[in-house]
Amino acid sequence: MATTTRRRAKPAENAAPEPTQEELLHYYKEMLLIRRFEEKAGQLYGMGLIGGFCHLYIGQEAVVVGMQAAQLPGDSVITSYRDHGHMLACGMEAKGVMAELTGRAGGYSKGKGGSMHMFSREKNFYGGHGIVGAQTPIGTGLAFAHKYKKDGCIDVCYLGDGAVNQGQVYESFNMAALWKLPVIYVIENNKYAMGTSQQRASAGELYLRGSAYGIPGKQVNGMDVLEVKKAADEAVAYVRGGNGPMILEMKTYRYRGHSMSDPAKYRTKEEVNKMRSEYDCIDHLKSLLFTKGYADEESLKVIDRDVKAVVTEAADFATNSPEPDASELWTDILVEA
Amino acid sequence: MPIDILMPALSPTMTEGKLAKWVKKEGDTIKAGDVIAEIETDKATMEVEAVDEGTLAKILVPEGTENVAVNTAIALLAGEGESASDVSAAKAPAAAEAPKAEAPKEEAKPAAAPAAPAVKAPVAPPPSDEDRFFKNTQTMTVREALRDAMAEEMRKDGSVFVMGEEVAEYQGAYKVTQGLLQEFGPDRVIDTPITEHGFAGLAVGAAFGGLRPVVEFMTFNFSMQAIDHIINSAAKTLYMSGGQMGCPIVFRGPNGAAARVAAQHSQEYSSWYAHIPGLKVVSPYSAADAKGLLKAAIRDPNPVVFLENEILYGHSFEVPTDPDFIIPIGRAKIERAGTDVTITAFSLQVGMALAAADKLAEQGISAEVINLRSIRPLDVHTIVESVKKTNRLVSVEEGWPFAGIGAEMSAVMMEHAFDYLDAPVVRVHGKDVPMPYAANLEKLALPQVDDVVTAAKAVLYR
Ligand SMILES: Cc1ncc(C[n+]2csc(CCOP(=O)(O)OP(=O)(O)O)c2C)c(N)n1
Ligand SMILES: [Mg+2]
Repeated sequence: MATTTRRRAKPAENAAPEPTQEELLHYYKEMLLIRRFEEKAGQLYGMGLIGGFCHLYIGQEAVVVGMQAAQLPGDSVITSYRDHGHMLACGMEAKGVMAELTGRAGGYSKGKGGSMHMFSREKNFYGGHGIVGAQTPIGTGLAFAHKYKKDGCIDVCYLGDGAVNQGQVYESFNMAALWKLPVIYVIENNKYAMGTSQQRASAGELYLRGSAYGIPGKQVNGMDVLEVKKAADEAVAYVRGGNGPMILEMKTYRYRGHSMSDPAKYRTKEEVNKMRSEYDCIDHLKSLLFTKGYADEESLKVIDRDVKAVVTEAADFATNSPEPDASELWTDILVEA
Repeated sequence: MPIDILMPALSPTMTEGKLAKWVKKEGDTIKAGDVIAEIETDKATMEVEAVDEGTLAKILVPEGTENVAVNTAIALLAGEGESASDVSAAKAPAAAEAPKAEAPKEEAKPAAAPAAPAVKAPVAPPPSDEDRFFKNTQTMTVREALRDAMAEEMRKDGSVFVMGEEVAEYQGAYKVTQGLLQEFGPDRVIDTPITEHGFAGLAVGAAFGGLRPVVEFMTFNFSMQAIDHIINSAAKTLYMSGGQMGCPIVFRGPNGAAARVAAQHSQEYSSWYAHIPGLKVVSPYSAADAKGLLKAAIRDPNPVVFLENEILYGHSFEVPTDPDFIIPIGRAKIERAGTDVTITAFSLQVGMALAAADKLAEQGISAEVINLRSIRPLDVHTIVESVKKTNRLVSVEEGWPFAGIGAEMSAVMMEHAFDYLDAPVVRVHGKDVPMPYAANLEKLALPQVDDVVTAAKAVLYR
């Protein structure tokens, strides 16, 4: 049985320390990278270089960046098809992600998975799943494996406000609570499942959906990376401490349509504009950096330029990487024993 | 250098659209994410957002223009330090200019994909030394053989664990996991709630996480609750991950009709799962098959659907005592050699085929009975070699005929043995109806020995 090094659970701090300048700048850079990456992906889609479904994460960046900041190496992450941000936050390379979007040999799945299906064993990222809700029992199983191997790691399992209505989510909650599995269920409540608002699909509060199983839940302002990080720290300490699963409901918002071809008739422009102009996670952190004196326009421009360079390089790579060889059609169906 | 703003494709199928409205004017400053224009497609009006920052230097396609092809430059954006006037002198509106990056053209090359393995000559099955183990055998039931296979693999590899409904304390709904809890403890022999979709998905996650789960379905009828994870999560992820994310997992349990349990509890799933690339599907007949194949399934790095049969659980066979005995997946077994007609069968129907062969022998007909054992990959080689000799094939299965294993067998004959056939293939199968409860009707619904005898005589024109 494979056992990796046992790690010590982070001791729960009595008073959360103020985030440092370095941490704040890191969050800023990570969120900006996701945003610029997604904008570029949207552009490449518009040019016909990306096909099929392409679900952008723009607006929700604070959730994944705040969560990731609370995790330790070895912790596993799994999510749905809206996965580009999660992969970048896990440390997967922008080049490999973008090249998968364009369906090229240099992509993480050699072009055979596409936008919705990418994985990295190295970064403990387990996909990238296209069936709404299916990542929930799989993530629970990753947590089961952590517990079985006693490796001290946890799983972070993201799901949408639409996915929470799938039966398998509750099958997972039950088993995770019953067996005290180390998993955090992060409900990314961006208010809509395609064109269906939370109000039209979901009875009750989402963060309470685990209460009958005794799973603690918390509602968090997912537009503020610091609030996400704080909630994540608490949840990570609780879950890593062997207390079983926890649910974090992140109140967030996607600015773009559900996927590229969504004209978004189910919500008003005013609603979108209000979220963008008043609650944007990047703008918010930017003004915090200014008030704290941690950054000025000039220093942020340097970050912007760095991020832009990464994204441009990714796009170049993704457009120049060759299509997979025709022989790839027949590989990776079965592992050769 | 000014940047071209191109007419975007806003859906997977859009090739052109109407530039309905310019939201920004020439000279406006643009930030990434700003809406600059509205475009009408056949389906909807959508907004175009800027990706780059700068000043809208020149509009190349005025609003109201219809049928603007995707990737036409519709405006020029001046970057930092460039002025709008620098740009206006630049190039005239080049209609439908080639995009900077060439999109892969579908029509250009339906690149000659390498031929599907199916049309190649059948490859020989994996080699096996299983026969030499039969020098020392002991009589045991299929039930005991399955249990021993799991126990031996669990002793060998700490990452193997068993999970399912009633597998631990109750010792298995059909007592297949008898004694495992006592030997391996509750961390490795795990009673689940009645939650097939959930525990199948959980086990797939555990397999991705480095474990080797053996998932018992109380019967395969209930695997329909979990079929999404078996197919979409277990079978396809290796491919979708470009080979990174293998899923070593076994889904096992009784399959097919038991006795008098009616339609919802009497279904045969081999053709369902055998349809899926990325799965292996195995269906043993004897206790030796059960032991040797289950060990192979647990060691296999791929997802294996292991279809047992409740009626066979109590049947006894000789099983090699050597713990190294194993049967490679993908190898059929000739249970009885013959010269006049080939009969293929699997699971309980192998017994039916052997009984039919006895009866046929009384009538002077020599039948060769092939126990398929592995449904996917199918040992086409062994079947075809047999038919080359007998020139006739009867396929026996308990399941329904439509798109069933017999249908596949017929196709295999067309592709690989057409010139050797002296008669059309005949299929013996379960009747094309839900399983009835009444004893007489149930018997009518299931293949019987005489059906096999009749079919064999039919292909021999006797
Ligand atoms: C089982 C299943 N049903 C339906 C779909 C089609 N579908 C894809 S995404 C989606 C909406 C999901 O919304 P949510 O869970 O809120 O996630 P979000 O897209 O907002 O991130 C639907 C219905 C699917 N992929 N899988
Ligand atoms: Mg949603």
